[in-house]
Amino acid sequence: MPVTWTLLLVLALAVAGYFIGRSRVLSAAGGDSRRLHSRTSYYGWNVALFTAVPALFLIGIWSIAKPASGTVLAVVALIMAAVGMGFNLMRTTPDFRARNAVETFVRYLLILCSMIAIATTAGIVFSMVFETSNFFKQYSWTEFFFGSTWSPRFGGGSQLGILPLVWGTLYISFIALAVSIPIGLFAAIYMSEYASPRLRSFAKPAIEVLAGIPTIVYGLFALVTVGPMLRDYFAQPLGLGSSGSSVMTAGLVMGIMLIPFVSSLSDDIINAVPQSMRDGALGLGSTPSETVRKVVLPAALPGIVGAILLAASRAIGETMIVVLGAGAAAQMSMNPFEAMTTITVKIVSQLTGDTDFAAPETLVAFALGITLFVVTLGLNIVALYVVRKYREQYE
Amino acid sequence: MTDATFPVSSAPAAKSSLLVVDARTRKRNAAEARFRAYGLGAILISVALLVILMFTIFRDGTGAFRQTYLEIPVTLDAAQLDKVGNRDPEDLKKVLTTSYGKILENSLQQAITSNGINVEGLSGPDVANLISKEASAQLRNRVLANPDLVGQTVDARVLTNGRVDGYYKGRVTMETAARDSNTSPAQLQLADALKEKGLIATEWNWSFLTMPDASDQRPEAAGVGIAILGSLYMMLVVLVLAVPIGVAASIYLEEFAPKNRLTDIIEVNISNLAAVPSIVFGILGLAAFINVAGLPQSAPIVGGLVLTLMTLPTIIIATRAALKAVPPSIRDAALGVGASKMQSVFHHVLPLAMPGILTGTIIGLAQALGETAPLLLIGMVAFVRNFPGAPPEGLMDPASALPVQVYNWTQRADPAFFERASGAIIVLLVFLLCMNLFAIFLRRKFERRW
Repeated sequence: MPVTWTLLLVLALAVAGYFIGRSRVLSAAGGDSRRLHSRTSYYGWNVALFTAVPALFLIGIWSIAKPASGTVLAVVALIMAAVGMGFNLMRTTPDFRARNAVETFVRYLLILCSMIAIATTAGIVFSMVFETSNFFKQYSWTEFFFGSTWSPRFGGGSQLGILPLVWGTLYISFIALAVSIPIGLFAAIYMSEYASPRLRSFAKPAIEVLAGIPTIVYGLFALVTVGPMLRDYFAQPLGLGSSGSSVMTAGLVMGIMLIPFVSSLSDDIINAVPQSMRDGALGLGSTPSETVRKVVLPAALPGIVGAILLAASRAIGETMIVVLGAGAAAQMSMNPFEAMTTITVKIVSQLTGDTDFAAPETLVAFALGITLFVVTLGLNIVALYVVRKYREQYE
Repeated sequence: MTDATFPVSSAPAAKSSLLVVDARTRKRNAAEARFRAYGLGAILISVALLVILMFTIFRDGTGAFRQTYLEIPVTLDAAQLDKVGNRDPEDLKKVLTTSYGKILENSLQQAITSNGINVEGLSGPDVANLISKEASAQLRNRVLANPDLVGQTVDARVLTNGRVDGYYKGRVTMETAARDSNTSPAQLQLADALKEKGLIATEWNWSFLTMPDASDQRPEAAGVGIAILGSLYMMLVVLVLAVPIGVAASIYLEEFAPKNRLTDIIEVNISNLAAVPSIVFGILGLAAFINVAGLPQSAPIVGGLVLTLMTLPTIIIATRAALKAVPPSIRDAALGVGASKMQSVFHHVLPLAMPGILTGTIIGLAQALGETAPLLLIGMVAFVRNFPGAPPEGLMDPASALPVQVYNWTQRADPAFFERASGAIIVLLVFLLCMNLFAIFLRRKFERRW
């Protein structure tokens, strides 16, 4: 029996339970709802919830884990629903505290839902730790963390040193931040200190649109427009290389992506600096720019540092721009017009296509993933700590 | 009387006047003007980059919405297509696409001779190459759907080769054709002659939105039909799972949670999950849903689950902000007339917070719609030709997704696929625009200031 039918049957049973429970308690009270402990609908809800929810959970877990056929599921789920329904119909009397029962039930449902965040984090950590430990059984961890050659070969004898990937990641992130921080910060300062309401009402949404564009669009922009342009007008005339995909391409485009991120975070932080501080500085005769540089920015500095750290964590974890813009060659070079690669690119390339979950060449992706997770998590925790601490000062 | 505390010097002070700007003030004013210019410049650069980005995407992508077709009468020769002669669909299925290719070739030759076009310097295969390889399969499907067509002469709209299509969109020129092994200037001249007779026309391309992906050699037949459907299925899963779970979690954290260790851990977890790189969620999906739970690869259900986990923090953060914005007086009033805590939340606070929750949800969905990286890891890059079935069973069928389809096409060799990729991005951006406009509309219409 298909799952859909089981689902519909359980739901039908729950709806029936609602009406039976309601009418049963009403007739027991002689049709006078004032003699009931709770309002009548709670008696119905009580039966319906206990009928449907456990059975629905069973169906959900079953259809993912699939321990036996759909017919077995249908039987088990329907028995479960019927037991829940029968038990609750039995305790439906006018003295039964139906509202309390329903509210306790709902409360536990709410708690369960909020636990999913913890379950997700635990899932991420467990899934990666398990496969990473498998990887380190086959490949020494010193060679992974300190090896400077990345050349995976399916068939054995591959060298899987993370250093070239770390170098590419950091180089690209550095260029991205060098582009986005000045532009984003100046845009935020101008927007909050100088801009007329008209300019603000036009420019702020425009910059926010940049934030809403999916990264694959930036990736295509890097691949089709920025890469060839940099190659034709900079790299080749300067004799620095002939590759369309390069650190510079990915870095510039990622910088564009991060502008709205930096600017909206800094905007919030600059606006949180109390007006009285500005008024004091202006009253002493400083120009608006001196006020910003000498008073507002120092006051907002911890928050801005936090924003920059968050931007850095975004840059390190960004995938599609580097997959399409940075190339796949794992090397350590200073030349920004050469193709290099990052941790995220290699996770994608090791885990797409034919994968063999016993080979270190596949499992290395999990080790790369956990490295990425730990680094970005660390940056986020520091950044959130800095931002939160700063906000407390003025509120 | 006050004592003079400052000796009045008899010598006149250094010449300074409010009316004459001294060097130091000039310097400070210049610094001020510079600072302002930097700020304005930063904003102009960002807006200009946005304009350039949009311009290049639309310049490259609009071509995908137009397609060059050859319109010729095709004689469906019964001797070739139905040797048994009984028009039985089972027998018709035994005839392969190559036979239909020959029929199209003959029809094109006939059309060329009847219009008196000179094909000097072009061999037979070169003329036939004008027609897309996909066209014969399409003709076969048309005949199988309607066996009575066999033996008749029908007007057919036949896809042309990707190079000919590119020629009318400016991507292929006579110079590039001379260097190209897949076409030749003579072939393009033939196409021009056919166009003059009205047999070739470039028209609006609906099939881009409805057709499935096509193989490497046939960019002209590739469409985003399956990708749109796959994205839609995934959004359905996200909507069904992420919204109730996210709203329930926020209600608990905002209204019921006691201030204790567990609540703190949940809150820190949520804010950290919001900043975890999306590719990490892809690894989770691969390990948990595919390797452990054994769900099929490239299925929208897996993509939907991964995107659900990714979108949850966004929805929770937005919902909590919306709940926080409802003033405590509402809760107090409800409690004051005897409602329970649960009743005050579900009957009063939640309806008032609904517009904010919806706005946050739509923005979360928009984010999920554009996400690519995690979907690559769960096998959505696979080449899919068959449309998935209707949900819920169809959620287990392999499908593609819009952003992944874009990535897929950028990995192909033929430059015609870049046009398709940009076209797919336009489709994606139109969806995102609609969602965001809807969110803005909701905010404007229902926003309430307390």
